[in-house]
Amino acid sequence: MEFFVTLIQVLDSTIRLSTPLLLACLAGLFSERAGIFDIGLEGKMLMAAFFSAAIAAVTGSVWLGLLAGIASSMLLSGLHGLASITFRGNQLISGVAINFLASGLTVLIAQSWFQQGGRTPSLFGGGRFEPINFPFAESLSGVPIFGPIYSELLSGHSILVYVAFLMVPATWWVLYRTRFGLRLRAVGENPAAVDTAGVSVVGLRFAAVAICGVLCGIAGAYLATALQAGFVKEMTAGRGFIALAALIFAKWRPWHAMWACLLFGLLQAVALRFQNIDLGGIVIPVQMMDALPYILTVVILAGFVGKAVPPRAGGEPYVKER
Amino acid sequence: MTLMKSLMGAAAAVALTAGAALAEPALIFDLGGKFDKSFNEAAHNGAQRWANETGGKYREIELQSEAQREQALRRFAEAGANPIITMGFAMADPLSTVAPDYPDTKFVVVDVTWLDAPNLRQVGFAEHEGSYLVGMMAAMASESGTVGFIGGMDVPLIRHFGCGYAQGAKAVNPDVNVIANMTGTTPAAWNDPVKGSELTKAQISQGADVIYAAAGGTGVGVLQTAADEGILSIGVDSNQNHLHPGKVLTSMLKRVDVAVYEAMKAGDGVETGVFVMGLADDGVGVAMDENNKELVSVRMSDAVDEARKGIINGDINVVSYYENDSCPALQF
Repeated sequence: MEFFVTLIQVLDSTIRLSTPLLLACLAGLFSERAGIFDIGLEGKMLMAAFFSAAIAAVTGSVWLGLLAGIASSMLLSGLHGLASITFRGNQLISGVAINFLASGLTVLIAQSWFQQGGRTPSLFGGGRFEPINFPFAESLSGVPIFGPIYSELLSGHSILVYVAFLMVPATWWVLYRTRFGLRLRAVGENPAAVDTAGVSVVGLRFAAVAICGVLCGIAGAYLATALQAGFVKEMTAGRGFIALAALIFAKWRPWHAMWACLLFGLLQAVALRFQNIDLGGIVIPVQMMDALPYILTVVILAGFVGKAVPPRAGGEPYVKER
Repeated sequence: MTLMKSLMGAAAAVALTAGAALAEPALIFDLGGKFDKSFNEAAHNGAQRWANETGGKYREIELQSEAQREQALRRFAEAGANPIITMGFAMADPLSTVAPDYPDTKFVVVDVTWLDAPNLRQVGFAEHEGSYLVGMMAAMASESGTVGFIGGMDVPLIRHFGCGYAQGAKAVNPDVNVIANMTGTTPAAWNDPVKGSELTKAQISQGADVIYAAAGGTGVGVLQTAADEGILSIGVDSNQNHLHPGKVLTSMLKRVDVAVYEAMKAGDGVETGVFVMGLADDGVGVAMDENNKELVSVRMSDAVDEARKGIINGDINVVSYYENDSCPALQF
């Protein structure tokens, strides 16, 4: 029974840790499926984390904070789009630039606004996303097996967690069941064909990048206003890159992205819960668990577990005529 | 043009000689900035205290990038500032190249104790002694008999904190269970409050009801989650009791302000060498103020006072993690 309680706690932690990964991963999915590689996920999340916390701290409203976070993230997306779609620049370099820009700007603006060493003031009351408790969560918690799963694992997360997991079927539906999704996928595989059909490649790609900005914005706001009560410099701590790894691991598919993010979240949760895991004589150090997402991604990329084929036109700016 | 040039030259010469004649101290803040509510702000407070008491003036700069470290050192040294006080272990490398070039200038560095230069005053802190005291308080405040420690990056300095803490907790209650976690192994571990929160939740679920955070920005998440979940936390470096009044048991103070104040007071005659400030010279301590008054019982403060005396006069030996890179009270 104690094992079960621990398991629920670890899984609960997994859900919290997976959420920002999942949002960022789906953001990258939209962008990369349209042929725009985006390693600026980290920077966009960081920017959104800062602006959501800053605006929530100033106005006292977490919803205004969320909007500000999304807006700031979309602004960076627009910049990425401008550089890599309109001016046909190198998408990777533009992404790196966005990461640096966000890392520097957030601390600079935070220092100038709040004078707290690159932090925002702590949020309280309406400035934070509160956990949502499902109906009857309290009374059902006594029921064996089902009770803890319902009241601890599923209930008691902030609304953004449920939004993130609902985004998975939504993304699948948009990509595979709508005309927009079909065109979006096509523009990542063969933009010339889309162009021949009279659909704007540039327009589609900008739309994808904008969606990417919205999702990164939610991810950043989740970090700063739901999991935490304020912004701390560099608080994304590499989650944007783990999300990219998850995207490759999932081979650019929405449902697989969810499982990959849950797996990576689980690895983190286990590493946090048990520092060194003793498997009957063999001790797995915590560093190993931290490195596993990257190791798994390399294994996938090396082709050991099926082949990960990126969208064919990914990374290449579309040139209409030469 | 020539007139302009000579005028400017004269002005520069005046500025240089003025600096040399006055020998104002200079203070170089680390990247965190003057008002970081922690390490650098403590230095600022110490310098302000000196300025208010003596009416003296000092020069200062807040570093904005790594490249400025050596530049700022040289600029102050050329301007004749003496002593030049610098903050943080990242100054070790620039100091080891700049200090030999200005043998008549005294340099002071906080948190570095391993350099070798005749004109350098290196100030370290006996963090394990202060951590011992907060460990005692944690064990006394704990009702579950389990206390937690959350470190930032897994480096010897942080193990040093955790080791003192565990020894203090075990001194009060030999059966106490100390759970220790490190946030990570890269510098990102200093600024990952999300992981700090998750670690706090994980430790709470293992029964911890007092958690000591020695983790920089990650500690913000630890203190926040502890306050949200209704358990006690312990802050570090500067007094963090005010962050969540009534929820932070105490803070382990590292008196950087005292180190800066004393260096400025001594002026250019400041003694050089390696100095480790411990409980005896108030280099480390525990924070007591109106925010944690309700939480600290008379029994607790008496025990802490007694242990402080014991450590100072040598009756209590707090083993330093550095001695043989291991801790008698805690397995990392």
